[in-house]
Amino acid sequence: MTRNLKQALFSALLVWAVAYPVLGLKLTIVGINLEVHGTSNATLITIAVCSVLMFLRVIFDREISSAWRSSPGVPLIPAKASNFLTLPTTQRWIIIALIAGALVWPFFGSRGAVDIATLVLIYVMLGLGLNIVVGLAGLLDLGYVGFYAVGAYSYALLSHYYGLSFWICLPIAGLMSATFGFLLGFPVLRLRGDYLAIVTLGFGEIIRLFLRNLTGLTGGPNGISNIEKPTFFGLTFERKAAEGMQTFHEYFGLEYNSINKVIFLYLVALLLALGALFVINRLLRMPLGRAWEALREDEIACRALGLNPTVIKLSAFTLGASFAGFAGSFFAARQGLVTPESFTFIESAIILAIVVLGGMGSQLGVILAAVVMILLPEMMREFSEYRMLMFGALMVLMMIWRPQGLLPMQRPHMELRK
Amino acid sequence: MSREILKVENLSMRFGGLLAVNGVALSVKEKQVVALIGPNGAGKTTVFNCLTGFYKPSGGSILLDGEPIEGLPGHKIALKGVVRTFQNVRLFKDMTAVENLLIAQHRHLNTNFLSGLFKTPSFRKSEREAMDFAEYWLEKVHLKEFANRPAGTLAYGQQRRLEIARCMMTRPRILMLDEPAAGLNPKETEDLKALISVLREEHNVTVLLIEHDMKLVMSISDHIVVINQGTPLADGTPEQIRDNPEVIKAYLGEA
Repeated sequence: MTRNLKQALFSALLVWAVAYPVLGLKLTIVGINLEVHGTSNATLITIAVCSVLMFLRVIFDREISSAWRSSPGVPLIPAKASNFLTLPTTQRWIIIALIAGALVWPFFGSRGAVDIATLVLIYVMLGLGLNIVVGLAGLLDLGYVGFYAVGAYSYALLSHYYGLSFWICLPIAGLMSATFGFLLGFPVLRLRGDYLAIVTLGFGEIIRLFLRNLTGLTGGPNGISNIEKPTFFGLTFERKAAEGMQTFHEYFGLEYNSINKVIFLYLVALLLALGALFVINRLLRMPLGRAWEALREDEIACRALGLNPTVIKLSAFTLGASFAGFAGSFFAARQGLVTPESFTFIESAIILAIVVLGGMGSQLGVILAAVVMILLPEMMREFSEYRMLMFGALMVLMMIWRPQGLLPMQRPHMELRK
Repeated sequence: MSREILKVENLSMRFGGLLAVNGVALSVKEKQVVALIGPNGAGKTTVFNCLTGFYKPSGGSILLDGEPIEGLPGHKIALKGVVRTFQNVRLFKDMTAVENLLIAQHRHLNTNFLSGLFKTPSFRKSEREAMDFAEYWLEKVHLKEFANRPAGTLAYGQQRRLEIARCMMTRPRILMLDEPAAGLNPKETEDLKALISVLREEHNVTVLLIEHDMKLVMSISDHIVVINQGTPLADGTPEQIRDNPEVIKAYLGEA
């Protein structure tokens, strides 16, 4: 009991110690007195209550945990519902319903909401692409943002110097990123696990620094601005069309409304994300997709069966990179501006967090996680100083309660018909 | 008799200062069952690893149908028709039994990206044929009722049989079994024996095996090679090996 008491007192003190810097309290020496600044009664009371609660929590630790255990185990999501949610057939229906909803709502939603949804879709695409590399093939890639940058700059440069349109550049950007994925993948794929992660991290940074220092071509830190937006079969969404072009609202005889452009961008993003979803869904049922998973499970057995590990890994790396290229070129078109600072390591970390949070290999999970990861910071702008804190807390909680991810993958098993 | 399919001469494998295999020779004829025996740590599995390309031998030659294969990467050797099982079963545990068999057919399938994307008729046909071939072998190893179970949940003996079936998916010419009877009960060992003779008689497979179960080795082998401490000790028919005083000494120690 005395040990408990000691521990409890210590924990209560710890609450004060932690709360002090987090809530921005300040100790100042005034004369010979020590005063606490930057506080109000409310914060002091909150801290006091928290420390008392912590004290009680620790001192009655045994009672609480035994009570917790004896109460009928209520997991976060009931086992049955969880299983139901992760079944491939249910996931398909959920996806169809989501697609229908996603197509309709922007016409009723606000401009800001549609804009954020477009951003979410970009991350869905990136998450799906990285999911191939990390979730399916089991290769930890920390430099994924590099391929995103390659895609974005491919479009930006082609548009800036040659005036090519978005729709021509989109496949080129995908190809460019895939080429980079192939070239970078070739030397590094003989590495495993941690080593691979470190080398890819390096490559991501190299690409960014390269773009930053190639001032003559890429504009250096200023990037490239005034990139053209995508057009709808040659119709622009600007108020005034450039020479030889027609605007969307004139062609259809509508009033000019800037929200049309936002909705159009959203629909393009949706189209791209759905394309990615379709391709990955098919891949899972193809020999190549099966080989990725087999390789993740046992590389030696794969080799003994005549599967070439290098080729299979390389295909995962290349395909994953090409999705980043598509997402990148769309990003450049939407933003109208690319700078190297959009492609820092933290972007890679966010994309990886989306994959892990959603559940490795799970597509619906990735979509859900992308929504959570992008929407939460947007909705909680007031707390933006605590963004990293919340990010960390979310990760820790996930690892405790649902280490397999929000909606872990249930593979579409190939079955023998009876 | 039939022609020689695998010829190994003067094979050696050195790990730093340790000479794990030294001057091993093997000659395997088509449709033969050849056993590699020897006390624990004799270097039998090292020989297997050299033959299947997991190690690059330090010296010697390995000829498959007269063609040198030493030092080739493992997957290339597998594509030439030399396929192995492992001492501790290596299945894809989270995948179903039938999926394990599909993966082994990878190079026989239509792996064209676009035809898979759009499910072209040729893609469907290739997938269907793979499924039928897998079904045929599941039936052969009496695992058809477990086809849709994750491989990791099967009983040990079943996993061993599945691993052999998985090798057969690649249409091998030489099947190398590393201690196939380890951990099997007498009934299962009998089944294994029957399976090996089926492989040889009906599917024209040459079998090379490492095994400690002497009853099994003596009853199915055409030829036995004994290795002790990395060096060849004796080779001959089961009768010759049984009566060889050197072999008895290596196994039982000096009297």
